Parts: sequence; C-alpha cells; structure tokens
Amino acid sequence: MAHIQLKNISKTFGNHTALTGLNLDIADGEFFVLLGETGAGKTTTLRMIAGLEKPDEGQILIDGADVADWGAAERDVALVLQQYSLYPRYTVRENLEFPLKPKIRRIEPDEIKTRVDRVAKTLRIEHLLDRKTDRLSGGEMQRVSIGRAIVRKPRVFLMDEPLSALDAKLREALRTELKNIQMNLGQTFLFVTHDQIEAMSMGDKVGVLNHGRIVQTGTPYEIYNNPRDTYVASFVGSPPMNLIDGKLVNGRAVMAPLNFELPFAGGARTSGETDGRPLVFGIRPEDLYLESGAPVEARVHDVENHGVEKILTLRVGDTMLRATVPARTDVEIEQPVRFAWDPDKVVLFDKGTGVSLRHAG
Amino acid sequence: MAAVTTSAERSLNKLAIVGVLIVTIIFLAPIYWIASTAFKPRNLATTIPPTVVFQPEISPFVKLFTKRSQLRTAPTPEQYAAAPWWERLVFDGGEKVVRSGRGDVQWSGYPNRFMNSLIVAITSTILAVGMGTFTAYGFSRFKIKGEQDLLFFILSTRMLPPVVVAIPMFLMYRAVGLNDTHWGLIILYTAFNLSFSVWLMKGFMDEIPKEYEEAALVDGYTRMEAFFKIVLPEAATGIAATAVFCFITAWNEYAFALIMTNRRAQTAPPFIPSQVGSGLSDWTVIAAGTFLFLLPVAIFTFLLRNHLLRGMSFGAIRK
Repeated sequence: MAHIQLKNISKTFGNHTALTGLNLDIADGEFFVLLGETGAGKTTTLRMIAGLEKPDEGQILIDGADVADWGAAERDVALVLQQYSLYPRYTVRENLEFPLKPKIRRIEPDEIKTRVDRVAKTLRIEHLLDRKTDRLSGGEMQRVSIGRAIVRKPRVFLMDEPLSALDAKLREALRTELKNIQMNLGQTFLFVTHDQIEAMSMGDKVGVLNHGRIVQTGTPYEIYNNPRDTYVASFVGSPPMNLIDGKLVNGRAVMAPLNFELPFAGGARTSGETDGRPLVFGIRPEDLYLESGAPVEARVHDVENHGVEKILTLRVGDTMLRATVPARTDVEIEQPVRFAWDPDKVVLFDKGTGVSLRHAG
Repeated sequence: MAAVTTSAERSLNKLAIVGVLIVTIIFLAPIYWIASTAFKPRNLATTIPPTVVFQPEISPFVKLFTKRSQLRTAPTPEQYAAAPWWERLVFDGGEKVVRSGRGDVQWSGYPNRFMNSLIVAITSTILAVGMGTFTAYGFSRFKIKGEQDLLFFILSTRMLPPVVVAIPMFLMYRAVGLNDTHWGLIILYTAFNLSFSVWLMKGFMDEIPKEYEEAALVDGYTRMEAFFKIVLPEAATGIAATAVFCFITAWNEYAFALIMTNRRAQTAPPFIPSQVGSGLSDWTVIAAGTFLFLLPVAIFTFLLRNHLLRGMSFGAIRK
C-alpha cells in the first residue's frame, strides 16, 4: 500500500530531454494509467519510481518519504515488463520463487511454497509450474510475470506495457483479469501504455504524457469528455475527436476556410470575447448525426463497418469528419448526406495554444 | 519445407560434399603427419616417399620423457633383461636412459615445460576472461564518460605487433625480476588477451537484455547477486568462446616465451624445437612432443564445442 508523489521531476539523457517538470500524485490503492506515445517519457517515469533511474531534478515520495537515496531493492516495488521479465533458464516455479529468495527478505521455505502455490492458483498457471519459461506462450509468460510481481506483496506495482506484445483476444482477457486482481488486492498500480483503450478501460485515473510533460490527469470520463487540449482530444478516442478550425459569429460556428456553419446556440458557455476569435471546434464522432433536414451537406468518403456501428468519413470541401452512426444506417460512398452536431458536446479550443477554453478559464 | 530436389541440385550437393572433403583433408593432413610421425620408429620418420603403413610404437614418447645418451657399446644381455619394457625400447634405438648415481631415471625437460604451459595458459585465460567479463559488463551497462575513447584505447593495445615491444619488455622484466617466472608470462599473456576479451564479451553482454537484471534488482537482489545469478549464466556461451580463443593464444605463444624464459618457467613451444639436435635430429621425439601439445587445445575446444557454435553465431540468439 503506498501513496506515490512525483514533484517537479526532470530528466535528460545526453541531448534528449525525457521529462520536464513532471508532477504526479497517485493515491493509495489507485489504478493509475500513464498514457502516451512512444518516447513520451512513460518508461522513464516508471524506472525512476522503481529506482533504476535517478531524476536530474525533483523529488519522488513514497508514502511521504523521499526515496532519492533508496536503491531498487529498498523501495519494495514490483515491475512487470512487456518482455524479458522472466529468467530464461528457470522453470515457472523457480521464477515465482526468485523474488522471495533474496537475503534481505528471509522467508521460510514453507512460506515460499505456500505463497507460490497460492499465486499459481490465482492466475491459473498451476499446470505450468514445472515448465521452463521458453516453453510458454506469450500469454502464459505474462501471467507468470504478473505472478512474480504479486507473490512478493510489494507496496506498488509498476507495469510497463505488459499487454502490448499479446494478440488482441488475449489482451482483452488479461485486461479484465488484471483489473480484477488489482481490485482484489487493493494495491496501488501504475500502468504504462500507449493504448488509449487500455487506459480508458482499466484506469481509475489516467495521466496523459506528451513530450515529457503531463498534459492532463483525470478520470477516464474527464479525459474523454473534457480534454484539456487538442493533443489529448486527438490522442484519446477511436476514431479521434474531430478538430475543425473556425470561429463564433453571432452564436453560430463558422468554419473557415470552407464556410460551413452550424448552430451553436445553447452550446458550451460562451462570452462576448470568444466571438470572432480563431478557435478549434472539437466534436466526438458519436456526437455528429445524420438527418435529412440538417444544416450542412457532405459526401460520404468512406464507410467502415464495425458490426455494432459504422464509422463514416464525411467530406465537406477538403475537410474530413468522422461520424459514428448506428449500423443500420444505409449509406453508400459518394452519397450526399446532411449532418448536424450536438452543440452541448462541442469542446472549444484556442487556436493558438490548443488549450480548451474550459480549462483556460 | 517440402524438399523437392532436382537432379541438378543433387549433383551440386555432391560437388559441395567433395569440395568440403578436399578442404578437410588439406587441413587435417599436417595433423595426421605429426600424429603418425609420433608413433613411427626413427628410421621411418624421414623416408621418401613417406611411410604410411607401419607398425606403430611408443618409443618416441618414452624418449620424449627421459634423458638419454648414445650407446657406445651394445647393452649386455643381462642389462637388457633387467631393464623394464620401456627402457628396452630406448636400447633398441641405440640409446640408453640416463640414471642418477642412485639409479633413478632422469626425466627430460618436457614434462616440466608442459606443466609450465598449462599453468601459464590456464591462469592467464582465467584472468583475461574474468577481467574482460567484468569490464565488458561495466561498459555494457553503465554510462561511462568517454566510453568510446576508452574502448578504442583498449583495442589499440593490439594494434602494435607484440614483438615490437619485446626488447623493452625484456629489459623491464629483468629490472623487476619477472624474467623466467610463471607470473611474468601470465601477466604478458593476460595483457595480450584482455583487449580481445573485453571486446568480445562486450558484444555478448550487449546481447543480454538488461531487463533481466533490473527485474532482479527490483526483486531485492544486489547488483553483484544479479550479476552472478542472472547475467553470468546467460553469458556462459560468450565466456566459453572467449576462453577458447584466449587459451589458444596463450598456449601457442612462442616469441615472448622464447625471450622471457629459459629454464624454470619455459613453456613447451620454445622447448620443442630446441630438441632438434645439432647432429642427429630425432623427428619422432619432436612429433611426439608436438602431438601431446596439441591435445589440451583439442580437448578444451571439443568440450566447449556446443557453446562455440552458438558463440560464433551470436546475434542470432532468439529474443
């Protein structure tokens, strides 16, 4: 059980700045997901908490204690990696025993056996215990990796894209399983991923990391519905949020350079000063809808059938918009359609800074 | 793969096998020559054309290990009858075994030289591979200031032909009293092999994912424990390959052994040719000495052959 705080962390590798002024607060028992693209600094953050990397600046606190001088062993964290976390020469049982055997722990052999067996049962890998790890499938390997972490009862679980190397079905199954394990253990998890679906489905809280900075922290709901800037808006969601340049004129959204207009009356809070100012309109694909009497005409550029729904790409002049519509919607490519949006769901971003007006206020 | 071979491919295969056989014969011929000469009676050693079929005998090895002198008169039947079987072989060759006043057999210089070779080669291999492994691990895992320059410096110690420094080394060794000592040669050979060992081991260390040790560190092991428990077993292949190369270099070294040692610490390579006498050269004894000298390397390489094969193809290890 642990409460983790990162205060103003900076880290550079040679000329490359990995993290700048990073602040994080992970509450005890929370499933925190750090979401970002490759190279955003997720793994560096994780490694610093684990004690494998030292920050250039800033403080790391575990349960209020500054751990700057603590080695990896003393921090009592467990690490699950995408690959290479199992020792190739050992059997599954030996791998599970390994974290219990360091001199600093002094655990009785009987106790080790009980713990290993219990973990194997939890993860349903009892039949694999005597197998060498190079004879395991990818999913079995990751199960054992997770087992290696659980068996020690650490204060914090750190997971670096543990599901990324697995195929889609397995990833989905382990996602649920991992979330259940976390809820049963009630432990603090820090889970790093580039997959926004993983972040949204597992996290109690999500931190979006971009170029070594935390852009936004919040519940998946907040991140999705109220993105702080255009980066978060376009990174989270599949398909991503539509972002269209335009401005507000007399309560109507006027899209430049194409000059199509949409009503905006009763939309997001606006004031006089937003009028005429260059803005970016953000609208989720599911908040665009097709209607025969709707104000704007577009052509269907592409149709993706996803079973429960269809994702349409609509073309207005050069602008492409994605719209998620019910599967029964019957459209063909190049067919003219009329669409509108739900003005309440529109998020306004400042054109210059990309920051949402709601957050800037 | 479905192996559908055409007749053209099959004849190409046969051609390749013949080619391999020819190359193998070319490589093995000198070794066969040495091995067969080691078991020949002296009068057959230098016949032209070479004798291929003969009754093998052990007398060259008996001569190799004993001190002998020419017989002026043939031994008396009593002397001959009283001698053990191996001494009779020497009598048959027209020589007798030299004995001390108390009748003890005098050994030749060979067993000592052979032991010296073993001591020097094994110790210097252990030192070079051991230090090389640690150094390579350091270079591979830690950020070191001027890493590239340091590595280049280590490599540069091999850029000069070693013989160039032979005379200064000789003078230095004489000044500090390392002349004709085991440690003198061990230090020299370790120094020769170290750069090679560091570079080769660095390649192998870089291949081992550092995630393995980091997992061990996080699990509560110290860096040392992680090194010995995780890294070393993974590096076994590389260590074996490096050890074979270092051992062969140290075992075969001739020039420095000739210059730096003469009696106490002399190794086998300078000793064997010194047995070519001024008048009569017994090539069977030379061949016997060389044959025995080849054995340790052959055995060592044979024992480590699986590691060597994997070591040669490093980079192809499954991730």
